[in-house]
Amino acid sequence: MKKRMFTKIAAVSVIGGSMLLSAACSNESSSSESSGKQVVKITYRSGGGTNKGLTDWLNKEIIPAYEKDHPKVDVKLAPLNVSEGDYFAKVALMLKSKNTAPDIVTEDTFMVNSDASAGYLEPLDDKIKDWSDWSNYNDSVKKGVIAQDGKTYGVPYNTDSRGLWYNKDLFEKAGLPVPWEPKSWDDILKAAQAIKDKLPGVTPIWMNSGKATGEATSMQTFEMLLSGTDTPLYDNDSKKWVVKGQGLTDSFKFIDTIYKKKLGPSLSQVLNGSGGAVAYQQMFPKGKLAIGLDGFWQTGNWGESGSAPWPDAFKTLGFAAMPTQNGQAPGTTSMSGGWALSIPKNSHNKDAAWDFIKLASSKENNLSLLKKERNLTPRDDVAKDPSYQEIPMFKEATEFLSFTHFRPAVDKYPTVSTQIQSLVEGVVTDKITPEDAAKEYQSNVTKIVGADNVIEK
Amino acid sequence: MSTNTAVSPVVTIKQKTRRDHTLLKSVLFLLPAWILLLIFFVGPILLTFYFAFTNLTLTGTEAKSTEFIGFQNFVTMFQDPDFRISVVKTIVFLLFSAVIGQQVLGFILAVLMKEKNKTFRRIIGIIVLAGWVTPEIVVAFCWVAFLSDNGTLNMVLQHIGMKPVTWMYTFPMVSVVIANIWHGTAFSMLVFQAALDDVPKSVEEAAVMDGANKFQVLFRIVLPMVKGSIVTNMILVTLQTLGVFTLIFAMTGGGPGTSTQTLPIFMYNQAFVNYQLGYGTAISLILLVIGIGASLIYMRSMKAEI
Repeated sequence: MKKRMFTKIAAVSVIGGSMLLSAACSNESSSSESSGKQVVKITYRSGGGTNKGLTDWLNKEIIPAYEKDHPKVDVKLAPLNVSEGDYFAKVALMLKSKNTAPDIVTEDTFMVNSDASAGYLEPLDDKIKDWSDWSNYNDSVKKGVIAQDGKTYGVPYNTDSRGLWYNKDLFEKAGLPVPWEPKSWDDILKAAQAIKDKLPGVTPIWMNSGKATGEATSMQTFEMLLSGTDTPLYDNDSKKWVVKGQGLTDSFKFIDTIYKKKLGPSLSQVLNGSGGAVAYQQMFPKGKLAIGLDGFWQTGNWGESGSAPWPDAFKTLGFAAMPTQNGQAPGTTSMSGGWALSIPKNSHNKDAAWDFIKLASSKENNLSLLKKERNLTPRDDVAKDPSYQEIPMFKEATEFLSFTHFRPAVDKYPTVSTQIQSLVEGVVTDKITPEDAAKEYQSNVTKIVGADNVIEK
Repeated sequence: MSTNTAVSPVVTIKQKTRRDHTLLKSVLFLLPAWILLLIFFVGPILLTFYFAFTNLTLTGTEAKSTEFIGFQNFVTMFQDPDFRISVVKTIVFLLFSAVIGQQVLGFILAVLMKEKNKTFRRIIGIIVLAGWVTPEIVVAFCWVAFLSDNGTLNMVLQHIGMKPVTWMYTFPMVSVVIANIWHGTAFSMLVFQAALDDVPKSVEEAAVMDGANKFQVLFRIVLPMVKGSIVTNMILVTLQTLGVFTLIFAMTGGGPGTSTQTLPIFMYNQAFVNYQLGYGTAISLILLVIGIGASLIYMRSMKAEI
């Protein structure tokens, strides 16, 4: 009896012990993965057609070149196949721990400040000091990677601008002028109305309007409108958020009008996370969409290596500057962001990572990336390169940079942005009126940033 | 009694050593389970309690310097109109999909299948069970495929000359409620089947002899006899439904607007979309309180002991 009990206990403890041990082992093995080789892991967002150009560029050009010079380093891609909204949460979780942090992470510049304030990123000032190429970077783009503490936390690899895509063929059929140069918000509504009246079956205008499209809803839609009013999102002089102003109400109203007058797509399409892909990979190429308020990078869809190759895209489409609300100076507006390569504080191979970033950011390599990605360059010397200027529409998109706006470099921005997204979705689904949305914006943003950090205009 | 006391000293010593022995044995055997529970269950619960009272965030300054902020999260929560909406949506979802939908449908199925042909029972049983064994995410995809703009239902409607309906945008709550009923009814059916089989046939026959009709037998005799199972099932189904996240998230994402934003979705949005982890944990505590509260109410109102 006693003996049997003893064996039972022994068996249980052996099983239990081995379970605990195996858990401990699996943890250890992940940190010392390679056989003597250093590993540099790169994390970025993938999935569907996302970052196809970037992946291609890393795999075919940068990694082979780097590994040739650094035979002892093994560069590994660790892409995250998630939606845009989830990417930032996942990255934040990964950067928290030494076991999961990659060695290089691509950061949207609006997250740089937040992640730097959280202590997730490594300041690069010491490294940049001895890097002569840094002086070739555009100053306004550099601002995007400098956090509130004044330190630089990343090397930008692209920037962008936003405007109105429009289908010239459809415009001509509807009797609208080509090239289209809208002078005010009213002009946009009028053009959309003309399309609706004359071309049934064509969606007049597409603007990201839901929570599922995340930052695209805040930046490509709401902030594109708001930056054309007299109410800024953030007052850079007093460093305070503007929580009350006619511009806020008017921006919500414009979005509401689009859906009230049925000038937009059906809600079931636009509130979907893959809505943008539907608009730019299916509806535009098929001639089912007339106007789209979005970023310049959408051209990446239509190139040979894009998700929806469309050789006639540059003949058929125009890219117009977004007008200000009533045409007030400077007449047009745009928003810019961009992505940067950063090194996490928990990276194991910071020096190797920095060498990699330097190589990837050289003039030639940056140019080659942007040709694939069809985005704008953060480097002044690349922008002047003749082979860059020859790329269709790069000139127009670059011109938008002269009147563009950047998002506030404050660590609360991401949270305010999600507020904007849910209010915009509330307005388009008629859960809330534009006036109430503006009121709720005031109370919610005040709650987020604190009553000391807000002003009214 | 007296004879008992006379013999007892010998017996008690013997019994005592044996009892000690069994106690030691059970402690030893339970120890691994306790340790695992402590590490993976009690630990996180205590942490949840702690985080609910902090301003912990996923990114930004507060991620580095997390502070204890007392009841601030709860104050914010009760002032937040979105929270109130979520509580209402959670209760609506719970009431219609679990308490009414799954329970009533499950009970009807169980009653109808009682004492029917074995093959018939088996076939129907398998069909209903298919919904239950399907993983939640697959259920969500099936229903999205069925209800979406170009989905099966709209195709059928168009064939018979009706206009397509954007089901998940026009009737979002109805859509997720129906999907959840489809998914969960089998569980209630199984519980009730087992309970109904335990009702002795003689009792029912006696009632019929006394002149009770079929409905009287069902409502006066059978239902009170399976009361215990009803309460148990009600509690289990409620707790399962309170935590439903995948199904709603995959079907509607809590939208459009806030139409299907139940508390788990609201919690996810606050914690991982707005990066307010502390606030998200506070919401999860409220969810826990609702679950406990609902269970107590059921037990009280049915005067049953589990």
